[in-house]
Amino acid sequence: MIAPPKPDLVTVNIDGKDIAVPKGTNVIEAARLIGVDVPHYCYHPKLTISGNCRMCLIEMGNPAVDPATKAPIMDPATGKQKINWIPRPQIGCATNASPGLHIRTNTPQIKDCREGVMEFLLVNHPLDCPICDQAGECKLQEQATGYGRGYSRFIEQKNVKPKRTQLGPRVMLDDERCVLCSRCIRFSKEIAKDDVLGFIDRGSYSTLTCYPGKKLENNYSLNTVDICPVGALTSTDFRFKMRVWFLKQTNSIDTESSVGANTVVWSREGQIYRITPRRNDDVNDTWMADSGRELYKQVRSADRLTTIKVNGADSALDIAINTALQLAKDGGVAVVGSGRSSVEEQFLTKKLADALKASTHLVSRVGQGDKLLISADRNPNVRGALVVGLISTMPEVGPALRAGLSSSVHSLASQPSTQAGSESRPHLSGLTDLAAAIDAGQVKTVISIGEDLAAAGLTAAQLGKISIVYLGTHANATSAAAKVVIPTLSVFEKNGTFVNQQFRIQKFAKAVPGPAGLPAEASAKAGATDDLIVLAGLANIAASDVAAVWKLLAAEVPALGTMSYANIPETGLLLDATPFAALPFAEGETLHFKPAKS
Amino acid sequence: MAAPEQRRIIFQHIDAPGYSNDLACYVKHGGYEILKKAVAMPPAAIIDEVKKSGLRGRGGAGFGCGLKWSLVDRKSGKPIYLVVNADESEPGTFKDRYIIHQDPHQLIEGIMVTCWANNVKQAYIYIRGEMPHGARILEQAIAEARAANFVGPNILGTSYSCEIYVHRGAGAYICGEETGLIESLEGKRPYPRIKPPYFPAVLGLYQCPTIVNNVETLCHVKHIVDMGGDNYAKIGTPNNTGTRILCVSGHVQRPGYYEYEVGKITMGQLLNEVCGGPLPGRKFKAVIPGGSSSKILRFGETFTLKNKDGSSRTLTIEDIPMDFDTLAACGTMGGSGGVIVMDDSVNMVEALANLNAFYAHESCGQCTPCREGSLWMKKITTRMVHANARAEDGQLLKSVADQIAGRTVCAFGEACSWPTQSFVAKFGDEFKAYPETKKQSKNGDALELV
Repeated sequence: MIAPPKPDLVTVNIDGKDIAVPKGTNVIEAARLIGVDVPHYCYHPKLTISGNCRMCLIEMGNPAVDPATKAPIMDPATGKQKINWIPRPQIGCATNASPGLHIRTNTPQIKDCREGVMEFLLVNHPLDCPICDQAGECKLQEQATGYGRGYSRFIEQKNVKPKRTQLGPRVMLDDERCVLCSRCIRFSKEIAKDDVLGFIDRGSYSTLTCYPGKKLENNYSLNTVDICPVGALTSTDFRFKMRVWFLKQTNSIDTESSVGANTVVWSREGQIYRITPRRNDDVNDTWMADSGRELYKQVRSADRLTTIKVNGADSALDIAINTALQLAKDGGVAVVGSGRSSVEEQFLTKKLADALKASTHLVSRVGQGDKLLISADRNPNVRGALVVGLISTMPEVGPALRAGLSSSVHSLASQPSTQAGSESRPHLSGLTDLAAAIDAGQVKTVISIGEDLAAAGLTAAQLGKISIVYLGTHANATSAAAKVVIPTLSVFEKNGTFVNQQFRIQKFAKAVPGPAGLPAEASAKAGATDDLIVLAGLANIAASDVAAVWKLLAAEVPALGTMSYANIPETGLLLDATPFAALPFAEGETLHFKPAKS
Repeated sequence: MAAPEQRRIIFQHIDAPGYSNDLACYVKHGGYEILKKAVAMPPAAIIDEVKKSGLRGRGGAGFGCGLKWSLVDRKSGKPIYLVVNADESEPGTFKDRYIIHQDPHQLIEGIMVTCWANNVKQAYIYIRGEMPHGARILEQAIAEARAANFVGPNILGTSYSCEIYVHRGAGAYICGEETGLIESLEGKRPYPRIKPPYFPAVLGLYQCPTIVNNVETLCHVKHIVDMGGDNYAKIGTPNNTGTRILCVSGHVQRPGYYEYEVGKITMGQLLNEVCGGPLPGRKFKAVIPGGSSSKILRFGETFTLKNKDGSSRTLTIEDIPMDFDTLAACGTMGGSGGVIVMDDSVNMVEALANLNAFYAHESCGQCTPCREGSLWMKKITTRMVHANARAEDGQLLKSVADQIAGRTVCAFGEACSWPTQSFVAKFGDEFKAYPETKKQSKNGDALELV
């Protein structure tokens, strides 16, 4: 691991406590380090400073120096350097740490400032918390409780504004709740580079809106919902579905691409209600794409595989495994691994291929990157396959596609997609060798780990010439043609790790039991099985959960030598990328990632 | 003591018979001679003269003009801009518009001298949207001056070039706030910027160092170069140098604009002698001395001020000299020179309702205290006048205003809260008695107006 550069530290004093912080750290962040809460609405650590909410007002002072000699002026009472306090309160978000800066957040003046701002924010607020989706995660609620007076002096008519403005396909606006913090405007402009939001009218009648003829429809629009401190922006998918305090939060990883955005999966009683980004300053900051938030819908989709089938008939796991091994007994086996499998699954896939003396293949899934949080490689874990040795070269990418990738640059701003994830479907390839081997009669049995061989380029004739063992979550042409079908689990239903484009190994956890939402008897009868159990069964290895596989990984894969599943931090660990530096990775530049120069 | 004579420097030609706003007339009266003098001087020497003159900004804050120029970041390598604040919007103020309408070349000459002194290659005149005629006059005047080589490339045969553009606002009071003005000039909503870090002298227009000066201030610069900073400083009183234009409106016999040496005329002389005193049968009740946002003064109140030697003096309103420092010491300000006079026909609750309606309408809405507080105050005073008034509303108003002042992005917070704070402080009795006053009035919802 590479140590970050040492920041230039300065000592500041907050509420009487000295603390060393990097120069330029703002007061809100510096205070956070010593457990002092400076309430705020408009400040967001990943956006520019606006300073409009005035909730973070603090008292500020600087050490006194003689203007002529620049010598410190001492206070005889304390023996310390005198502090010149500025009588006017300052905003914490725009006050940056400088040597000797003194801050007070707990004075009567600051208490009065916060009570005043809270009162102002509520005078025209509809106070419709009982029907508001934000309730439970609302900064207005939290800070009214923490810093408000607790009663109202307002007896006038409240302002009336639009209650249901559809800003875009996924975002709904309630203007009465809006506190005009401008976070959503700044996000659209600065991060999504899709400047569509602004205020119209003025004073207390100011109203958030889209520019004429524009919509908030870019693939990052739902981040505005995440950063809205109140219930003004809500997700059309999530609103009115569930109270947030009922939801269980599980850390996960976005599987859309090799960026590996960190996520939280929110679920209750086996059902997922929403996916939101989880802050990782080295990967996705606090953002994720809208398309990644809809992936939970695959868990309960109609084409989910739920029953083990052998030659079309319902079967049991041990029979299915035995049948598969029978098919492989005579050799001529190929294993098609997946860049969507976890590191653990890829490791067992390699073990299986070794045991069967099978050739290994990996399906590449390459599209255009959006320069932000969706990279060109739409497999979340091709690098995992490299690290565990399932593959040693990159799966081939069609020459036409590779040419196209280098010449065309996808611009999010000029081509905002109206539907989450609709922009440039990835191209599947990488099975040319396998196709040739099938044509030549060298391969008779193919074990596919969740990959649709037809979509990856094999013809119906080629599929007809082979026996297929299919492990997967959803029905497709390959599962239809397979002799053995073993339903497995989606990423939300199991534990594991992915290695992203930075060679950062990141773990995801089981949010819901799988297969979620099936009738109990269907689950009991067959149901889906954890991929690790199936693969361990096929490879005849006694390691069918993540912890057990990690013992083998640590022993057999030098790059993972000192690690275990438990000791990988929630924000991941960087692995040594140098052994793979020469490989032709597909990714272009995205947030916090620059491709190595080729 | 009799009122002194007017000293018309800036308004020398305003309303003068036969004086027109074209270049020929201006040149005939000695126009652009000072620009010729200026371009023969080193720029630093002009800045020195302005510093020596003690000129203070005439836009409202009274900030030292020389000091403002000296804060400009001249090492950044970025261009320096001059922005002329012609967004004269403060209620009670009507001086810049006369300069623009009747003597535009005086302003243009002042601009060019200032640009030369500060190595500015591009100046913008940001003119209030409601002054379309003024904008046309300025554009015509700039075209004339450009044709005569006073503006534009290589002025007066030098290698120095400078252009002036007129930009019309779209009708928002907040555009008079210098950083709001800059945002508007950049084509954005005029949300004032946070300071720090966006001080115009360092990060102004297009993030470049920028000087923002009022129209009247820039006209003074011309005369400072003409007479020399030291001579200029002899006009007026110490630290309150030069002349200033006082715009008197309201309940006096002769409202209008008058130019006096700063501090040489008292409020009493101005209102009673120059403006002819109250209307027949009326008495002065209150005066707002520097535009509607400055704090109101109540006739009859006295101010005890400290002298430099430690002794103290007591002034009535009539005794207050019309300067920056004494008005500030009396708890108000000289502001933009807009003197608004109210006589005893005015009910102060209703007067405040009028001002609050203005400020609620003009709050830009960027930051919370001003956005919500100004409208809340308006709703309270509107309710008091047109619906149910409560004796405790005065205290509520003051409390709301106290939650605004000093806590906002820009000085609008003070502008909208000072009227309420001072009206309630000086006329608290009227606010308390207002429910009773209404009951006794004939039409039942407001005092009978004269």
